[in-house]
Amino acid sequence: MAALHFHNVTLGYDRHPAVHHLNGEVAPGALVAVIGPNGAGKSTLLRGIVGILRPLDGSIHLGGLDARDIAYLPQSAEIDRSFPISVFDFVGTGLWRNAGLFGGIGKAARDKILRAIASVGLNGFENRPIGTLSGGQMQRVLFARVLLQDASLIVLDEPFNAIDSKTTADLLALVKHWHHEGRTVLAALHDMEMVRNHFSETLVLARGPVAWGPTAEVLTPENLMVAMRMCEAFDDTAAACGEDGRSQAA
Amino acid sequence: MVYDALIGPFTEFEFMRRALAAVIALSLAGAPIGVFLMLRRMSLVGDAMAHAILPGAAIGFLLSGLNLFAMTAGGLIAGFAVAILAGVVARSTGLKEDASLATFYLASLALGVTIVSIKGTNIDLLHVLFGNILAMDDQTLLVVAFNATVTLLVLAVIYRPLVIESVDPLFLRTVSRAGGPAHLAFLALVVINLVNGFQALGTLLAVGLMILPAGIARFWSRDLTAMICIAVVAAAVSGYAGLVLSFQTRVPSGPAIILVATVLYIVSVLFGRVGGIVRQLFPGRHLEA
Repeated sequence: MAALHFHNVTLGYDRHPAVHHLNGEVAPGALVAVIGPNGAGKSTLLRGIVGILRPLDGSIHLGGLDARDIAYLPQSAEIDRSFPISVFDFVGTGLWRNAGLFGGIGKAARDKILRAIASVGLNGFENRPIGTLSGGQMQRVLFARVLLQDASLIVLDEPFNAIDSKTTADLLALVKHWHHEGRTVLAALHDMEMVRNHFSETLVLARGPVAWGPTAEVLTPENLMVAMRMCEAFDDTAAACGEDGRSQAA
Repeated sequence: MVYDALIGPFTEFEFMRRALAAVIALSLAGAPIGVFLMLRRMSLVGDAMAHAILPGAAIGFLLSGLNLFAMTAGGLIAGFAVAILAGVVARSTGLKEDASLATFYLASLALGVTIVSIKGTNIDLLHVLFGNILAMDDQTLLVVAFNATVTLLVLAVIYRPLVIESVDPLFLRTVSRAGGPAHLAFLALVVINLVNGFQALGTLLAVGLMILPAGIARFWSRDLTAMICIAVVAAAVSGYAGLVLSFQTRVPSGPAIILVATVLYIVSVLFGRVGGIVRQLFPGRHLEA
C-alpha cells in the first residue's frame, strides 16, 4: 500500500489553485524531492499532505496513517522565538504523541530528548532559551524535534534554506538516516545538485505536475524549463476549472 | 509603630483580613493568566475584554442590584459571547484576532451603554467601575476564591497546549486538535479573572492585577515557570501594600493596588536583571565567550 496517494488533488487559496490536478503515489520508504520554481506550489502541496490545508478538489490518502504519524517541518515556522522556552523543553514537545496533555516526561523520555539534542550536535545547549540561537542552530533544534516525533512520514519544507554547508551536511545525513530506517521522506528543495546526488525520486512541480519519477530521468533541463514557464499567471477573473485532471497529469 | 502601620490593620479589622485574602486569591489566579496574555502579545486584549464585560455586569447590576452573582453572570455571558465570537471569527476567516475582538467588544459596549441609558442611573455604575474591596462580604470572598481555584485547575489542564500554541502554533496544529479548545478555554479564564477582580478593583482596573505583574516578571527572568512565580509574588505584594496604603491614606483600594504595582513596574524597568535600562546602560565589561 502506498504511503501517500494523490487522487486528482487541487490545492489552493480562495478557489485559486496553487497545485492543480495532481495524481500519483509515494511508496512507503521513498525519499522524494519536490522541486520547482518559487510559487510552484511546493509548500502548498506539503501543507495539504500534513492536513493544514484542505484540498479544493480531489483527495489525499495517507495509507492508514494518522495525522500523528506525520512530522512536518515548515519553511518559515511561525515560531515565536521570544517566548521563554529552553531548547530542552522545545525539543521535548516532539514527544506530544506519547505524552499528550498530561503524560509524564520520565527518565527514559528525558534521555531520549537529550539524545535527540546530541544527535543534531547541540550538546550543552539544553538550557539555552530558543531566542538566543542562530538560524542554523534553530534549524538543528527543529530537526531534533522531528527526530523525537518518530514519524513514519516526514515532510520537510526547504529545510536547508539559509543554512551553512556544515549544518546542511549534518542535517542531510540525518535525512538519509531516516531514509535508511525505512521512513518515508518528502522534501521541498532548491539545490539541484543535492537532489541529484542524494534523492532517488523527484517530483517537478509547477502548479501542475511536470514530471515525476526517478531523479536521473526527471531532472532534465527540458523539464526545468517547462516548469519555469508554467509557473506564471494568477488570474483574478479565471473561470471555474472544468478539467478532469487526466490531460495535464499525463 | 511599624507593626501598627503594616500589620495592625489586618489583626484589628475583619474587612481588611477579607480584603487581603481576596487580593491573594486574585494574585494566585490572575497573575499567571497575565503572563500568558503578555507572552501571547494579548495584553491589550485583556483590556478590551474588560470593556466587553462591563455592559454585562452593568445589566446584572441594574436587574438585581449589588449582587455579585448577577453581575458575575452578566459579565461572564457578555465576556464569553465576545471572546468566543471573536475567536471563532478569527479562526475561521483571515481576520486577525485583535481586529475581530475590537469589533465585538465595541458592539458589546455600545449595546450595554444603550440599555443602561434607557433603564438606570449612572451613579449606580460608579461602584461597578471602581470596585470597593473593603466592602467585601464572606459570600463574595468565597466566589472569588472559587473562581481562582477553577482558574488554576483549568490552567493546569491546558498548560501544555497553551505553551506550545504560544511558541509554535503550526506545530500544535499538525500534532493535535487541542490548540483551538485550549485557546478558547484561555479566553474564558481571562473573562473569569476579570469578573473576579470586579469587587476588588472595579471593571476598569481589574486587568491591572493581571498585566502589571506579568510586565514586572518579564524584567527578572527568562524562564516561564520563574516568570509565573515572580508575577504571583509581585501581584500579592502590590495587593498587600495597596491595601495598607488605602487604609492609611483613604485612597480607594483599587487605584492604590494598581499604583503600587506601577511603582514596582517602574523599578523593574529601571533595574531589572533582564533588559532593565540601568543594566543596558552599564552592562559591565563583555565576557570571554
